[in-house]
Amino acid sequence: MTYGKEPVVEMQGITKRFLDVVANKNIDFSLFPGEICALLGENGAGKTTLMNILFGYYSCDEGKIFIKGEEVSLSSPRDAIKRGVGMIHQHFTLVPSQTVLENVIIGAEPGRWLLIDKKSAREKLIRLQKKFGLLIDPDAEVWTLSVGERQKVEILKALYRNVDILIMDEPTAVLALAEIVELFKTLKALASENRSIIFISHKLHEVMEISDRIVVLRNGEVVAERKTGETNVKELANLMVGRELLERIEKKEITPGERVLSVDDLTVLSDRGLEAVKKVSFSLHKYEILGMAGVSGNGQKELAEVLFGIREKSGGKIFIKGKELKDGNPHESIKRGIARIPEDRIDTGLLMDLSVEENLILEVHSTPAFQQRGLFNFQNIHNFSETKIREYNIKTDNRDAPTKTLSGGNLQKVILARELAGEPIVLIACQPTRGLDVGAMEYIHARLLEQRDRGCGILLISEDLDEIFLLSDRIIVIYEGRIIGEADIHQATREQIGLWMSGVEEK
Amino acid sequence: MISDIFNLAFLTGLIGATLRMATPIIFATLGEIISERSGVLNLGIEGTMLMGAMTGFLVTLITGSQWLGVFTAAIAGILLGLLMAFLAVYLGLSQHVSGLGITLFATGLSMFIYRLKVGSPTVPPTVDPFKKVVIPVLSDIPVIGSSIFSSYLLTYIAIILIPLVSLLLYKTKVGLKIRTVGANPFAADTVGVNVNLLRTLCLMTGGALMAIGGSFLTLAHQNMFLIDVVGGRGWIAIAMTIFGNWDPVKGAAGALIFGVLDGFQLRLQALGFRIPFHIFLMIPYLITIVALVSVSRKATVPASLLKPYRREEKGS
Ligand SMILES: Nc1ncnc2c1ncn2[C@@H]1O[C@H](COP(=O)(O)OP(=O)(O)O)[C@@H](O)[C@H]1O
Ligand SMILES: [Mg+2]
Repeated sequence: MTYGKEPVVEMQGITKRFLDVVANKNIDFSLFPGEICALLGENGAGKTTLMNILFGYYSCDEGKIFIKGEEVSLSSPRDAIKRGVGMIHQHFTLVPSQTVLENVIIGAEPGRWLLIDKKSAREKLIRLQKKFGLLIDPDAEVWTLSVGERQKVEILKALYRNVDILIMDEPTAVLALAEIVELFKTLKALASENRSIIFISHKLHEVMEISDRIVVLRNGEVVAERKTGETNVKELANLMVGRELLERIEKKEITPGERVLSVDDLTVLSDRGLEAVKKVSFSLHKYEILGMAGVSGNGQKELAEVLFGIREKSGGKIFIKGKELKDGNPHESIKRGIARIPEDRIDTGLLMDLSVEENLILEVHSTPAFQQRGLFNFQNIHNFSETKIREYNIKTDNRDAPTKTLSGGNLQKVILARELAGEPIVLIACQPTRGLDVGAMEYIHARLLEQRDRGCGILLISEDLDEIFLLSDRIIVIYEGRIIGEADIHQATREQIGLWMSGVEEK
Repeated sequence: MISDIFNLAFLTGLIGATLRMATPIIFATLGEIISERSGVLNLGIEGTMLMGAMTGFLVTLITGSQWLGVFTAAIAGILLGLLMAFLAVYLGLSQHVSGLGITLFATGLSMFIYRLKVGSPTVPPTVDPFKKVVIPVLSDIPVIGSSIFSSYLLTYIAIILIPLVSLLLYKTKVGLKIRTVGANPFAADTVGVNVNLLRTLCLMTGGALMAIGGSFLTLAHQNMFLIDVVGGRGWIAIAMTIFGNWDPVKGAAGALIFGVLDGFQLRLQALGFRIPFHIFLMIPYLITIVALVSVSRKATVPASLLKPYRREEKGS
């Protein structure tokens, strides 16, 4: 592909090995001035690794890197930053207890001698904020900011260092729809200033929307490169996954059975003591997936937490198979047959330092099969965990590997394996595929449908409309803590659901 | 008897004793705060203080110069800080185990060197301790003049260090880096801060302060070296670090409060109540425990305390 311009970055023959995996195999990659280049690939394809090498965070085993025509050897991020390369990592590199200003200037503080010249730092920051419309109070402590605002701080941090090559690792994974729109505007503005952007993602629609050029990575290798205008979602999906994707999963028509969960006038307070859920009522039946659509932060989390038994309600009633559920007691929720897939896999769903096996038995470790007279029966536990790892095809070194070594999709599989082991009556699935790649997403969807066909009632809480339409039998929309609309899957239209999600009510 | 407690002479004595008791703890607390703010809990503090106490004493005994004693103590503290850095930062071993190991090691080593040099005479040798420095004019103020402005130079230094360390942490470039390394080392690394080097420097600085605090005990507080001369003051400094929510001013305030209690119990002993003096000795420690229990719930620990930092590690 010729651009008529000299590339600003050229990586040649990059190879990187970790113990037993080759994360990057002989990769060639270049980036041109003023372009937005998407790096597309499933989780584990090696995108982050390649970019960490360009950022000087990892050193490569083989290969050469040229930045602005000059061969460089990057031994730390300091070297990369000096050459104008900035990277915004998937997990934010901010200190919540410090202010926006402190977070932005760390490592590039102005001022003579030891003291920080806060005044000129602030002036420079405000100038940047005005120029790019990234307005955030410099003195706000970061923990008070929303995720979208935090990302703006990260961008400002890079701009403050006058970065002209900006790497963004899956920047949209944590953002709400409106925030993504804003981010894209910012990126376009940056590119129009002749800065170059590498946009890492596995979301095809986004990549099509924002990029000028797309490089597809699979299993550590570059498998294709396309101009965005000359490709389409379908081709990209095939390239990324390496096989044809299922167009549409098959969904059997089943008439829903008896009512398994009913929620009556439920009111729940948020951490800040405000009403997050306001007199919500709905019911869920056997053989039914009830999709609860809505932009995150409209009370879904609080609602789910009450059902999980980890938050107390302030009004209303919940019934499982007609019998009232005591709230604020996770053990009760488990015992009554509620399976729980939390929104936050890492903080709520799993204990990352414990082994895969330990995470698999978390909810059943005290049942007689696994424990007798206070001692574990390791024979049974090992059998159980081995079976689950095989059954769910969990990619892990072994059952004793710390859970934090698993990829996102496999983390979710551990949760599924644990939660579905007891053949639950009700499954509460919160954003079950958020941040997962296409392959993992397909897998999770298939498993959810399988549970439904078995007779489980599933409450699918999601902000992904594709997912809602793909799986649900019935859709309700939550907005500002209230159910604002309901529709059968056969009558529902995307437009209507979208309107409800943005708070537009029917007359 | 109650009126005895609160007369002027008593008050003067109490303030003087407070400062004297608080000085080593202020040094140690500031040292511990610097270390912990960078992300390393240094449980080697008790041993480092003892090492400082021994080194300061021996060097003074041999050379006759107290300041050379303090200086050498600081060097010893720096070396122990370096050892802690090697174990906990570079090898990434458990900070608890490394720190306790250093305390055990330094305690044994202090005793060993002392015996080697002094043997075990029936009457332990003594040195000429520091003289109090009377600040003219200010020391003429009633009550506080003769108590505060007639203290050891090291005490003045300790007091001056409190705002200085605060300034260092909150207003300087290196302070911002220290706080970031302690809260999110990954963030620091990605902007080009050498995490492990900075942690090492903090441990060395902290070690020096702890050891100087220790040397105060044998060069001012007392004038001889006894194996129990530190007497848990290192652990008190750890408690004060938490009590002060990792803030130099609040931590030092805690050290002063402890000094008041300690000075108070000394005065009470001197008044001759018919109660075993051990009861008085316990008072400051008991109150520390009570204070810790109530304060530590709201404490905001440096987020990466206890966590070694490695670059090419998953989940790092
Ligand atoms: N620090 C590391 N140590 C060991 N293996 C790693 C490390 N970082 C990444 N890997 C492995 O390298 C492969 C590529 O990972 P990564 O670059 O994170 O992929 P992506 O960003 O495309 O999801 C994966 O198999 C992953 O497990
Ligand atoms: Mg990645």
